[in-house]
Amino acid sequence: MSAVFDSLSRFYHSSIGKKILVALTGAALLIFVLGHMIGNLLVFVGPEAINEYGHMLQTALHGGGVWIARLGLLAAVGIHVVATIQLTKQNRAARVDAYGKVASQVSSKSSRTMIWSGLTILAFIVYHLLHFTVRVGNEYGNKALYSYDLHGHTVHNVYKMVIDGFSWAPAAIFYVIAMLLLSSHLSHGFSSLFQTLGLSTHRTEPLFKKLGHAFALLILVGNCSIPIAILVFGYGR
Amino acid sequence: MSLLNLQLKVWRQNQGQPGHFQDIQALEIPDHASFLEMMDIVNERLIQDGGDPVAFDHDCREGICGMCSMTINGIAHGPEKATTTCQLHMRKFRDGDTIWVEPFRAKAFPVVKDLMVNRSAFDRIQQAGGFVTVRTGAAPDANSILVGKEVADAAMDAAACIGCGACVASCKNASAMLFVSAKAGQLNSLPQGQPEKNRRTLGMVRQMDKEGFGNCTNQYECEAACPKEISVRWITKLNRDYALASAKEAFVGVKEHAEGGD
Repeated sequence: MSAVFDSLSRFYHSSIGKKILVALTGAALLIFVLGHMIGNLLVFVGPEAINEYGHMLQTALHGGGVWIARLGLLAAVGIHVVATIQLTKQNRAARVDAYGKVASQVSSKSSRTMIWSGLTILAFIVYHLLHFTVRVGNEYGNKALYSYDLHGHTVHNVYKMVIDGFSWAPAAIFYVIAMLLLSSHLSHGFSSLFQTLGLSTHRTEPLFKKLGHAFALLILVGNCSIPIAILVFGYGR
Repeated sequence: MSLLNLQLKVWRQNQGQPGHFQDIQALEIPDHASFLEMMDIVNERLIQDGGDPVAFDHDCREGICGMCSMTINGIAHGPEKATTTCQLHMRKFRDGDTIWVEPFRAKAFPVVKDLMVNRSAFDRIQQAGGFVTVRTGAAPDANSILVGKEVADAAMDAAACIGCGACVASCKNASAMLFVSAKAGQLNSLPQGQPEKNRRTLGMVRQMDKEGFGNCTNQYECEAACPKEISVRWITKLNRDYALASAKEAFVGVKEHAEGGD
């Protein structure tokens, strides 16, 4: 057993092993981001649709489902962030004297700013959780104000929370900025993960690149549509 | 033939000491000269003026030995695609240009002097697995091991790597993945390389990590700078081979050295 653990520890401490973990957790987070966006877009279907969806998430597996998802996501984010910070530190240490003249031939700006887009997204996740999940500094947890009658059950009024949340301009603007950086992060991360997992080929690499850009754009447009619709076009207000 | 007047910003450094850029005028350089010949002319004049000539690596000057290095205007081996510094000609520059000439910068490539760096980290990576173990004796019969034409061609593409280190120099993270993947991939794709495949992959990657190279972030600057146009698909293969070798090592075991019956 310990021989297996020794090997796993060596795997984690190797450059490629750590990158494979970043790719796998990145893939999990990528799928989550897509699902999260599709769920959120229910706000455009109406209060009943998104409140029922929210209630379903909260009560799946007798309330255990949401915690399984939360712990899984926390682990994925934790590994993704810790491993990339360690990798980035090694990368910085690998070139002591910087070039006097810096030039790039093919690398994208997104790829060169992954650590910064990533850390901003991390800060955004913390803000986002405090905003809508822990509900710090707002009244969204107040049952008297944020209840909704769903077929005779009293459930949390997700719809009203989202409308109120994005009616405050600074929050809506920060969300849009975070989504721009997320989109940049995804545009490199999507095709990159296939390369790291050893799945790209001469034929599929250009496809993965295009799919990555399309995915990043989809997430950007989908997620930004909500704060923009509410703040700029007054949706639901 | 026309003559070029250039302004060079050349990195000067003695081993173990901090370096600096020196401004050097390179006047009346024939545009037929190669970049190294331009440096020769500059050095001749430095010596005549009692100065310290710029140290740089060179050997065959035919683009096949992998000895010349230099990062020119931020690009390893300069702006010409698929070309080593020795095969880069001054006609690619314009009169009055300012040219930055720097060593291949990486912690794993310590500067020996000026533009010369010590690339023996690559030799140690090769010693960690970049070979096949064969019996000595008479040469085996040709075609006693059948190799598909496509496989042989691909292995030849990887074998074109001259180990110059441009991949490391151009990588934003000073990663050696393109070199290691070409050297490991060449043997890992041939039947002769199969018996030692896992051991080779693990050994070379571990030595690469030990040497202090950075980690690949899939930006492919290496491929763009490579004078031999080694494809980053070799890195894809190395990632795959490493994952499989690690799994085999964890759950079955990979012998570090050939043993009886292995």
